[in-house]
Amino acid sequence: MRLRTAAALAALALTLTACGGGDEQGDLGSGTPDTKPTFEAGTTMARIQSAGVLKVGTKFDQPLYGEKQLSGDVEGFDVNVAKILADELGVQPEFTEAVSKNREPFIQNGTVDIVVATYTINDKRKQVIDFAGPYYVTGQSIMVKKDDSAITDKAGLAGKRVCSVEGSTPAERIKTEVPTAKLTTFDTYGKCAEALKNGQTDAVTTDEAILLGLVSKSPEDFQVVGEPFSEEPYGIGLKKGDQPFRDFLNDTLEKAYEDGRWEKALKDTVGTVQDQLPSPPPVDRYTAAG
Amino acid sequence: MGLSTITDNLDVYVEGFVGTVTLTALGAAGALALGTALAAMRVSPVATLRAGGLLYVETLRNCPLPVLVVLMAFGLPKLGETFLWSFFAYGAVAIALYHAAFVCEAVRSGIGSVSTGQGEAARSLGLPFGQVLRLVVLPQAFRTVIPPLGNVLIALTKNTSVVALIDVTDITNNTELIINDTVDPIFAVLGSACAYLLLTLPMGLLVGRLEKRAAFAR
Amino acid sequence: MSTLLAFSDPLGPRGRRKALVGSIAGGLVLLGLLGAALLVLADAGQLDGDRWSDLLSPDGFELYARGLGSTLRAAAVAIALAITVGTVMALGRLSTLAPVRWLATTYVQLFRALPSLLLIIFAFFALPDLLGRPVTRYSALVIGLTLYNSAVFAEIIRAGVLSLPRGQTEAAVALGLRRSQTQRLVILPQAVSRMLPSLVAQMVVVLKDTAYGSIIGYEELLRVGTIAGETTADVLQSYVIVAVIYIAVCFALSSVARWLEGRTTRRYGRSAAAGAVAVPGVEDLAVH
Repeated sequence: MRLRTAAALAALALTLTACGGGDEQGDLGSGTPDTKPTFEAGTTMARIQSAGVLKVGTKFDQPLYGEKQLSGDVEGFDVNVAKILADELGVQPEFTEAVSKNREPFIQNGTVDIVVATYTINDKRKQVIDFAGPYYVTGQSIMVKKDDSAITDKAGLAGKRVCSVEGSTPAERIKTEVPTAKLTTFDTYGKCAEALKNGQTDAVTTDEAILLGLVSKSPEDFQVVGEPFSEEPYGIGLKKGDQPFRDFLNDTLEKAYEDGRWEKALKDTVGTVQDQLPSPPPVDRYTAAG
Repeated sequence: MGLSTITDNLDVYVEGFVGTVTLTALGAAGALALGTALAAMRVSPVATLRAGGLLYVETLRNCPLPVLVVLMAFGLPKLGETFLWSFFAYGAVAIALYHAAFVCEAVRSGIGSVSTGQGEAARSLGLPFGQVLRLVVLPQAFRTVIPPLGNVLIALTKNTSVVALIDVTDITNNTELIINDTVDPIFAVLGSACAYLLLTLPMGLLVGRLEKRAAFAR
Repeated sequence: MSTLLAFSDPLGPRGRRKALVGSIAGGLVLLGLLGAALLVLADAGQLDGDRWSDLLSPDGFELYARGLGSTLRAAAVAIALAITVGTVMALGRLSTLAPVRWLATTYVQLFRALPSLLLIIFAFFALPDLLGRPVTRYSALVIGLTLYNSAVFAEIIRAGVLSLPRGQTEAAVALGLRRSQTQRLVILPQAVSRMLPSLVAQMVVVLKDTAYGSIIGYEELLRVGTIAGETTADVLQSYVIVAVIYIAVCFALSSVARWLEGRTTRRYGRSAAAGAVAVPGVEDLAVH
C-alpha cells in the first residue's frame, strides 16, 4: 500500500516538475541564469535534483518567518531562504510543517531534506544533526500583554506563568535560569500567543525574532520587553555527516549574501515591520564532531 | 539509551501516572453523574427533555475528543473571565462531558434490557412510574449496566491521553518530554505503555469477570 | 421507546396535562440555556460577522475541504488495514493451534489496552528507529490507528463468530468442508454481517481518532483548523467550524450503523443484534 502511494507521489512529482519548469523561479532567482547546475552522482544535491523537489520543514504558525495563509501558501523569511536554496538546485521547494519538537526526528528519518524553521544552532542538536549557516542571529526575549507593566525583564518572570515550546532552547534556558517560573510548553508558538491573549499565561519567551513576528500580528495585544538575554544563531538543519550538502548550503548562503538575494528575502518579510535590519552573519563551517 | 531511559526517568513516569489517575477519577465521577442525569432525561415522559438528551448525546458522541479539548481550552477563555480556567480543568471537564454521552447510552440500554414483563408486573401492583423505575427496573438494570459502564471507564482511562494536546501532566504528555530529553523514543514509549497496562489490564480483567457473571445471571 | 412505555400506565387526561406542562417547562429551561450561551457569545463579540467571514470565504472553505480530505483519506486507509489485520487476529484467537492463539491474544490484549495517541506517537518517533527508514506523518497516523483498531476489530469479529449457533460449524463439517473453508465460507460472512453495526460504529471511532494526527503535525482537519484560526485570530470560530464538520460526517456514519442495527435486528432477532448469545452486548465492543 505504502509502496504504491510512494510510487504515485514520485510520478506526481515528476509530472509537476516536467510541466512546472521555471514558473515561479523568477521570483528570487534573479542572480543566476537559468542553466541547471549539475552535481556529482550520488550526492544529496543530485538526488534532490532527480526528485525534482527540495523537501523543506518549516514553521506554519510563525508570522514573518513561516506562516501558512488561508490561501494555503506559506510565507516568511525562512520560506524565502528555502526558496533561494531550492532555486540554486533548480528545483521547487515543498513545505511541510515542522514543529519544534519534531525537527530532529524529521531530519534524521528523512521526512525532509532540510529544516529552515527558526532553528537555533547548538551543541546538543549538533550531536544528532548538522547545521549550515547561521543565516540570521537573534536572541531570547520576553513578550507580555500590552497593558502589563509588571514584567520588564527576565528576573520578572520569577513565580510567573511562562509559555514556550516543547523541545526548544528558550524553554530549556528558562528552566535553568528562572527555575521558579511556571513553564507551560505547547507544540507551537501560535498556542502560546493564544494563551497569552486569553490570560492563561503571563508571558511568552522565545527568540526576539519570533516574538516580533507575533507582535506584528496583534500589535494591540502584545509587546516585547527588555533586552535579548542570549544569542540565537539560526541554522539550516540537515542530516548528520553530509559534508558535501552542508558545503553546498553554506556556499549558496554566502552567494546570496553577496548578490542581495538574502537582503531582499529579509526586507520582504521581517523588513515590513522592522526598519533596522541586521547584516548577514558569517557562516560557521565548523568541523563536525563524531 | 536503553532501559536506563526508563529507570532514569522513573519520577517523570510516576508524575505522569498520578496525572492520568487523577484525570480518570475526576472525569469518571463527572461522566457518571452527568451521564445518569442524561439517561433519566432520555427515558422521561417529558418530550422536550428527551429531545434535549438526544441532542446532547448525538453532538458529543460525534465530536472527536481532541477537538472538544482544544475548543474548550482555547475557545472558552474568549468568553470572559468566568470561563478562564486552568488547562487541567479544561481537560477534566472535556473528558467528563464527552464520556457522559457514552455513560448515558450504557445506562439507557441497561434500562431497555429489563424485560417489559417486569415493568408490567410492577405496574399491576399499582406502583407509579418513579417507584417502578427505582424499585424494580433500575436494580435489575444496574447489573447489566456494570459491564458496559466498565468498558466506558476503560475507554475514558485511555482517552485521558488527549490532555497531551494542552500540556497537562499525564503519562502521554510526559512521554513526549522524555522523548525530547533522551532522544530514545523506543524505550520512552515502552515505559509509558507499561504504565498504561498497569491501569487498563486489571480494569479489563475485572470487567471481563463482571461480564461473565452478568451473562449467567440473565 | 415502546419498551419504556411498559414502565408506566398510559396517561389519563390529568397525566397528559401534567406531561404537557412539564414538556413546556423543560423546553423553556433548555431554550433558556441555549439563549444564555448565545448571549455570552454575542457579549464577547464572538458572533460578529467579520469573525466568521474570513474563515467562511472561498479560501477558507478550500482549506477546510482539503483538511477533511486528508482526514477521510487517513481514516479510510486505517479502517481497511485495521479490518484486514483484525480479521487475521480474530481467526488467530479462534485457532486450534495454541501458539497461534497465544500470539493473537497477546497482540489483541496489548494494543486494545493502550491509547491510540500513544501508538501514534510510537509510530512517528520510535518506528523510524526500529525500521531504519523514514515514516511519514501520514503513515505514522495510519499505522498508529491500525495497531489500536485492529485489536478492537478483532474482538468484534471474534464475538460475531462466537455468537453463531454451533450448528453452523457442525453443518459445514458434515458437508466435508475443511476448517479453513468452514471459517471462510460459512462462519466469517455470517459473523461480519451480524457484527456490521459494531464494525461501522468502530469506523466512526477511527474517523474521530484521526484528529490525533494533529499532534504529529499531519495536516488533517483539526491541524488545518488550528492554523486557520491562528492566522485569522479567530480561534474559537475555526474550532467550532471544525467541530461542526466532524459532527456532521460522524453523524452520517453513525446513522448508517443504526440503520444496519435495525436491519440486523429484523433479520436475526433482538438477541443476535445485541450479541447476547454467548458474548457481551455488541455496542460495548466499539471502543469510543
